[in-house]
Amino acid sequence: MASSSDSSTPRGEAWVWFTGLGLIIGLGMVIGLLSLVFVNGITVFWAPPVPVAQVDDGRTIIGQLAQRRIRAGSPADQPRYELQYQVGLRELNGNSYLWVDETKIKAEAFPADVLGLERVEHGPAFVRPQSLRKSDGKVVLITDSAFESALQAEVSAAAEVREKFEEITRHRIGDVNHEMDEARVALRRAEDLKLADEIAVRRRQIEGLEERFVILKAEAQKIVNGGAVALLDTKDAAGREVVIPLTQIVRAWFPNRLDTWGRTQLFASRLGEFIFDEPREANTEGGLMPAIFGTLVMTVFMSLMVTPFGVITAIYLREYAQKGPILRIVRISVNNLAGVPSIVFGVFGLGFFVYVLGGSIDQLFFSDQLKYNNNTPVFGTGGLLWCSLTLALMTLPVVIVATEEALSAVPRGMREASLATGASKWQTIRDILLPASAPGILTGVILAMARGAGEVAPLMLVGVVKLAPTLPFDGTAPFLHMDRKFMHLGFHVYDLGFQSPDSDAARPMVFATTLLLIVLIVFLNLGAITIRNRLRARFKGASF
Amino acid sequence: MNPPSSSRIKVRPATEREGRKDYITIKDYGFWYGQKKALDAISLDIPERQVVAFIGPSGCGKSTLLRNLNRMNDLIDDIRHEGDITINGRSIYDPGLEVISLRRRVGMVFQKSNPFPKSVFENVVYALRVVGVRDRAVLEEACETSLRKAALWDEVKDRLDDSALGLSGGQMQRLCIARAIANRPEILLMDEPCSALDPIATGKIEELIHELKDQFTIVIVTHSMQQAARVSDRTAFFYLGKQIEYDTTEKIFMNPSQAQTEAYISGRFG
Repeated sequence: MASSSDSSTPRGEAWVWFTGLGLIIGLGMVIGLLSLVFVNGITVFWAPPVPVAQVDDGRTIIGQLAQRRIRAGSPADQPRYELQYQVGLRELNGNSYLWVDETKIKAEAFPADVLGLERVEHGPAFVRPQSLRKSDGKVVLITDSAFESALQAEVSAAAEVREKFEEITRHRIGDVNHEMDEARVALRRAEDLKLADEIAVRRRQIEGLEERFVILKAEAQKIVNGGAVALLDTKDAAGREVVIPLTQIVRAWFPNRLDTWGRTQLFASRLGEFIFDEPREANTEGGLMPAIFGTLVMTVFMSLMVTPFGVITAIYLREYAQKGPILRIVRISVNNLAGVPSIVFGVFGLGFFVYVLGGSIDQLFFSDQLKYNNNTPVFGTGGLLWCSLTLALMTLPVVIVATEEALSAVPRGMREASLATGASKWQTIRDILLPASAPGILTGVILAMARGAGEVAPLMLVGVVKLAPTLPFDGTAPFLHMDRKFMHLGFHVYDLGFQSPDSDAARPMVFATTLLLIVLIVFLNLGAITIRNRLRARFKGASF
Repeated sequence: MNPPSSSRIKVRPATEREGRKDYITIKDYGFWYGQKKALDAISLDIPERQVVAFIGPSGCGKSTLLRNLNRMNDLIDDIRHEGDITINGRSIYDPGLEVISLRRRVGMVFQKSNPFPKSVFENVVYALRVVGVRDRAVLEEACETSLRKAALWDEVKDRLDDSALGLSGGQMQRLCIARAIANRPEILLMDEPCSALDPIATGKIEELIHELKDQFTIVIVTHSMQQAARVSDRTAFFYLGKQIEYDTTEKIFMNPSQAQTEAYISGRFG
């Protein structure tokens, strides 16, 4: 009569372990991916000591260790490793990176005079400086104890000059060019319409602008040629003399002299540049501010567009539409929309939003622009607005489904109570159902944001570019330029990783950019989740 | 036929007040959910400003009938009815009568208290808000009047701006009553208003029903025989969608004419 229920041995539930296994595998993959991205992304900014290595074949290498991997074809039980050094000085070495067999390295030292340089062009450099010819003509030798401070002073002076130059060339000359474009369009229009007064006014305006342009150009030239340029005399690993003008140097550090605090400061400075500055060197160096900004603005606009659309659609489907086969087909279609490859949305966005909608807007409101500015489109080309709309369309099913679920989860009693007091259906939806389902709707928006912010493929077709000259937001009216092309972190990852001429140089930035994108999405989501939790707290204790 | 052993059940003598004797008229009324007939040939008159209780075992159709008085069942798909219900002489199915205006005249209190996740004040004045009342003074006055009538004013007057979800179960149900009477309906429908409440809260609500019947015609569905006996002037007994007996409460409980009624109220089935 021993039945399982009165057995004295407790019986486990095997399937519980099985479900746990699924969780563990999932979590393991997510944590693995995140830590890979995090570790690789964050170490990009850390400056390790830089060895001077002697190789068997007589070469000397000065470079930062980038990778260590098993040599292809080496036996599995006795793996042989090869090392990749970032040696820099691309203009001399042809390549910034170098692979060396680990066993071929005879000796390795960390001399204190190795200098790391980040440069405006040609990537980084690792050299052994000899002397610094300061801009005031004095020469400081490497043996001089004041060498480092003199070098850093010259680096910051050069940075200031560069900044002034940038200010003039990018902003002030940019403004002149912008006005010039407008004036030329106006002039062509005036000539076409034979408005004599207008022609004269515009010609004078253009002349004035040309004068301003020449003055600014001269000013910029004066800044560049202004003082004597400080020069840094160095020797590279092979002992060749290399003269580097200080104007080329963005950052200089002695990697083998730095203590932990110094490395931390350098880390913070590089991280700050990464987040707040504009990119250099075909995006492989410098910062990502425009891409961060572009991603953020686009995601916010996408959310602002998809939420009302999705909520209105869901309200109609759930509350008003007649139940029947047609409604079922519409529902199935909406759900299937979520499975359409995103590139298809990009193609649709290009075909419909950009060409049809944007083209019509240009015809209607910017016909002068088209006619007198070589058919240069304004909205008839990819831009922030079309990207946001395309992604809004792509994420629409998520919001619709979430809203429908949220509406149907509102307790029936609440709906009945409202109707029983004589409220109309619309009043019930507006005053009772929508507020009560707001947390659920926000969950949908959060999912949509997470999907939209990480999307790349459709954006390449409708307005994301590798390098945008201007931000979509600036000081000229109407301040927010929805027609402008912009940069995007996701596209940046693709562009760096797969389109970059020097993939070794781009590799660290790919990780750093990925990390940044993940952090950005996490922050956007945290914001939305905070709002949702506040809303939820308001409905807590509802006992239906 | 023996009178039921009603020592536990105290029956209040019916009070005759002025008002139409056939204020609500239900005539040959039948009702279907899809293929299932829920009500069959119901005919009864409900006098003005009296309390009428619907009693009967679960599934007998009493709630269905109640929910048809303000056409709450319209929310359900695939329903149909025959016969007619008139209120003050006018059919509630009159195409010229909007459901919304019907519901404004016929308030309803549900089995489970269902306050909105808003403040106490906003809950009470909701019915006024939906008809477009914006004047703060009017709203405040209506709020106080309704809460006083619902015997809740003294308990919540200092927390009108707090969430209604923080009230106790009995308070919430009285709040729902206050909400239902705020726009001064003529009829108040109560669908087992005390089924989720403790005896003290139940007592308060029954007391309230006594007070309210001076101004409202009240139809109450209840599973508690004692409650029906205590609060109602007339009682209707339903069984399997049919109206078995409808008479003064005194008659139903002291001397029912149908054996089924007697069996039910004496607890022999149901």
